[in-house]
Amino acid sequence: MKRITAWRRRPWAGYAVVLAALAAIGVVYAGFSPQTDRAEAHSSAQAAPDLENGRELFNKNCASCHGLNAEGTKDADGNPIAPSLIGVGAASVDFQVTTGRMPAMNPGAQVPRKEPIPTFNTSIKTDYDDPERRKQAEEQLAKAQKNVIDLRAFIQTLGGGPEVPPASAVDPEGGDVALGGKLFRTNCAQCHSFTGQGGALTGGKYAPDLHDVTPTQMYEAMLTGPQAMPVFNDSTLTPKDKQAIIAYLVNVREEPNPGGNGLGRIGPVSEGLVGWLVGLGLLVLAAMWITAKKPKKLKKS
Amino acid sequence: MSETTTAPPKAVEGTLGFVDERLGSTTFFGRNVKKVFPDHWSFMLGEIALYSFIVLLLTGVYLTFWFKPSMLEVVYDGSYTNLQGVAMSEAYASTLHISFDVRGGLLMRQIHHWAAILFMASILAHMLRVFFTGAYRKPRELNWLIGLAMFTLGILEGLFGYSLPDDLLSGTGLRITQGVAESIPVVGTYIYMFLFGGEFPGQDIVPRLYMLHILLIPALLLALVTAHLMIMWHQKHTAMPVKHQSEKQVYGYPFYPVFMAKTGAYFLFVFGVTALFGAFFQINPVWLYGPYDPGAISSGSQPDWYMGFLEGSLRIMPAWEINAWGHTLSLSVLIPALLPLGIIMTGAAVWPFVEAWVTGDKRQHHVNDRPRNAPVRTAIGMAAVTFYGLLWIAGANDILAERFHISLFATTWFFRVTFFVGPVLAYIITKRICIGLQRKDAESVAHGVESGVIVMSPEGRFSERHEPAREAEMHVLLSKETALPAAPDRDAAGIPAAKGPVGHLRSRLNRAWTLDDIPIEEHGNGGHGEGEQKAIEGSGESREAKR
Repeated sequence: MKRITAWRRRPWAGYAVVLAALAAIGVVYAGFSPQTDRAEAHSSAQAAPDLENGRELFNKNCASCHGLNAEGTKDADGNPIAPSLIGVGAASVDFQVTTGRMPAMNPGAQVPRKEPIPTFNTSIKTDYDDPERRKQAEEQLAKAQKNVIDLRAFIQTLGGGPEVPPASAVDPEGGDVALGGKLFRTNCAQCHSFTGQGGALTGGKYAPDLHDVTPTQMYEAMLTGPQAMPVFNDSTLTPKDKQAIIAYLVNVREEPNPGGNGLGRIGPVSEGLVGWLVGLGLLVLAAMWITAKKPKKLKKS
Repeated sequence: MSETTTAPPKAVEGTLGFVDERLGSTTFFGRNVKKVFPDHWSFMLGEIALYSFIVLLLTGVYLTFWFKPSMLEVVYDGSYTNLQGVAMSEAYASTLHISFDVRGGLLMRQIHHWAAILFMASILAHMLRVFFTGAYRKPRELNWLIGLAMFTLGILEGLFGYSLPDDLLSGTGLRITQGVAESIPVVGTYIYMFLFGGEFPGQDIVPRLYMLHILLIPALLLALVTAHLMIMWHQKHTAMPVKHQSEKQVYGYPFYPVFMAKTGAYFLFVFGVTALFGAFFQINPVWLYGPYDPGAISSGSQPDWYMGFLEGSLRIMPAWEINAWGHTLSLSVLIPALLPLGIIMTGAAVWPFVEAWVTGDKRQHHVNDRPRNAPVRTAIGMAAVTFYGLLWIAGANDILAERFHISLFATTWFFRVTFFVGPVLAYIITKRICIGLQRKDAESVAHGVESGVIVMSPEGRFSERHEPAREAEMHVLLSKETALPAAPDRDAAGIPAAKGPVGHLRSRLNRAWTLDDIPIEEHGNGGHGEGEQKAIEGSGESREAKR
C-alpha cells in the first residue's frame, strides 16, 4: 500500500495511468470487435444435383423469408422483406450462401459476410491428425458441398439465371493483371478503394473488404450484383475482363509491401495518424530526454 | 534583457582566436556563442521543423536526379509487373522507376514524405506551444506572423509535392484544386486556365508545380526560416516561469558548448526517426494507386494530413449553389475552401494584436504564461483546436464509417452539428478548467500542498497535513499576475469617460478577459485573502489542514 502511495505521486504516474487505461480500452475493443474468418476456395464436387434435397434445404433455410414458392415476401405495408428468387440463378445462390450472407441473421442496412451455417459451410478445416475426426470433417465438408450444389440447382430450375462460372473462368493465373488494374480503378475502386480495402456507402451500407473473397465469389458478385453492388454483365465486363480483375485483386493482395509496414493500405489517414502519434511522439520523448540532461560541471549562467 | 557574463571556455577562445585573426569579429562571435538558451522540452518542437526541413532538402535533391516532371504519355516497362504495358505519364513512370529501379530510391521517397508529414506536424505543435504560453506577445508578434507564413507555404509546398507523381490519388487532389479555382466568382475560370494552361489536367500542370515545389517555395521557406531564427536569436528565446528566470534575465545554458551539443544531438534524432520511418513504414505507395485517369476515382481518397481540415469542410458542406443570369456560384465548394482557412489563418494572424488591444498590455514579455493563467486565451485556443480538429477528422469520415461500422450519414451530421457546437463547448469547458486550476493554485499558495500524511485529531477526526510548497514550485505558482482592474467608467468627479462604440466594446471585452480571475498571492503567516476566509472557516476539515 505504501509503495503504491509513493508510486502514484511520481511525476510520470499520471501518464502511466492514462497509458494503461488506453491499453485496456484497446484490449476490450479488440475483444468485442467483430472478426471475419477467411473462407477457403471450395472445390465443387461434380455430381448430379439432388433437386429434392435442394427443395428441402430451401424450405428449411430460406422459405421463411423468401416464401414457400420463392416468390418473395412483403410486410403489412407492402414493403419487401425478401426478394423473389425466381430467376436469380445458381451464381447468386452460391455467392450468398458460401459467403455466409444467407441465411441472414437479422435485417439491417446490409447483410454482412459471416461464417456460413454448418449445413452450407464449405470452408471447414479437415486437416486433423486424428483419423476419426478427419474422416468426420471430410464427410461433413462433402455434405456441405453437396447441399450448396443441390440448393443452387433447385433455384436454377425455378426460372434460370446466371450459372456458377467454371473454374477455368475464374483462374487468376489466366488473367491480364495490368488490364485488371485499369478496369478495377475505373469500375470498382470508387467503392472498394484502390486495392479492395472496402469503403463506406450511403445509408449505413458499405462496400466490403475484398481480402477473403475467393475468385469464384468475385466472379459471381460481378455477375449478380449482390446488395448495393451493381451488376456487371458480360457486355459491360466480358468474361476476359472479369478474369483480369480477379487476377489483379488476387495479385495485389498477395503482393508484399516493399516500403515496410503497409499501415492498412488505406492511404494518408493512417499515415497522418502514425506520423503524429508515433513520429512526433518519439521526437517529443527525445526532446524530454535531451532537456533532462543537465551538464554537471558547467555553471548555469 | 542582459546575460550574466562569464569567461568563455578555452575551446571557444581558441576557435575565436583563429576566426578573429582572419575576420576580426571576435566580439561578435564571442558574444553570440555563449548566448543563453532556456531549457524546456517544448522549446524543441520548432527544431523538429527546422531539422526535418533539412532532411527534406537533402532527400528532395536526391529525388530530382531521377524524377521527370513531364505529362508525356509513355508505356511502362519497368520492374513492377502489375503495371507493365499500362500507358501513363512520364512523371508517374519516373516515380515508379525511383521506387523500384533506383538504388535507395524508395527509401529516399519515403524519408522525404515522412519528413514532410513531421515538418508540418511539428510546425503546428510548435505554434500551439507558442500560442498557449503567450510567447507571441510583444515583442515577438512579427515572428509569429513569419511562422504563420511558413505554415501556409508548407501547406502549399506539401500539396504541390503530393501532386507531382501524377498517380490516381494525387490527381484526385488536383481535380479538387481545379474545382476550388473554378468556384471563385468572376475570375475562377481564368485562374483555372492560367494555372493548368488548358483543359484539366493538361500538359503544363506537373512541370509548373515542379518548379514551384523545388525552387520557389523552398527558397521562400529558407529565407523565412533564416529571418525567424535571426529574430529569435536577437530577441532571445522566451522562457518558462521558473526560479531564477525573470523578465530581465534569461536563465539557461550557453549556446556553446551545452546547447549546441543538445541541438546537434536533436538533429540526429530527427534524422534517425525519419530514416526509421522511411525504412519501416510504407507511405504513399503510388504503385498501388495506379496512374491518374480522369475517369477513375477511389473511395478513401484523402490528402495528406495538413490538407485534411479543408477536405473535411468540403465533405460536410451541404450542396448549395446559386444559379443566376446564366452563372453558377458553387457555394458548396467556395465556402468550405475559403471560410475555415480564413477563420483559422486570419484569426491566428490578428490575435496577438487583438489581445494587446483588449488587455491594454503594451509591455515587453519574455517569460511565458502558464495556460491556466490566461483563461480566455487558453479557451479561445482550445475552441480553435476543436474547430480545426473536427474538420480534420471529418476529412476522414468515410474511413471512420468503414472502420468503425458507423453510418456515413451519421458521421456527416455529427460533424455538421459539432462544427457549431464543439468550439463553444470547448471554450466554456476550458475556461472553467483554467479557473479551477487557478483556485487550486491559490489554495496551494495559501494552505500548502497535500503531504500524503493523514493525522488523527484527539476527537478522532482524520485530516491530511498540508505543507508549504517547495520554493521552486512556489515560484511557478506565483508567476501569475493578478488581472488589473478595468479603468473606472467615471473619473473622481463622477464624469463618464469619453468613449465611442469601439471604446465600449473594448471595455466589455476587457471585463470578459479579467472576469473570474483568481488572485494568487502570498499572504503573511499563512493568512487568508478576504474572500477565501469565509468559505474555509465554514468547514472544520480545512481548519485541521492549517496545522
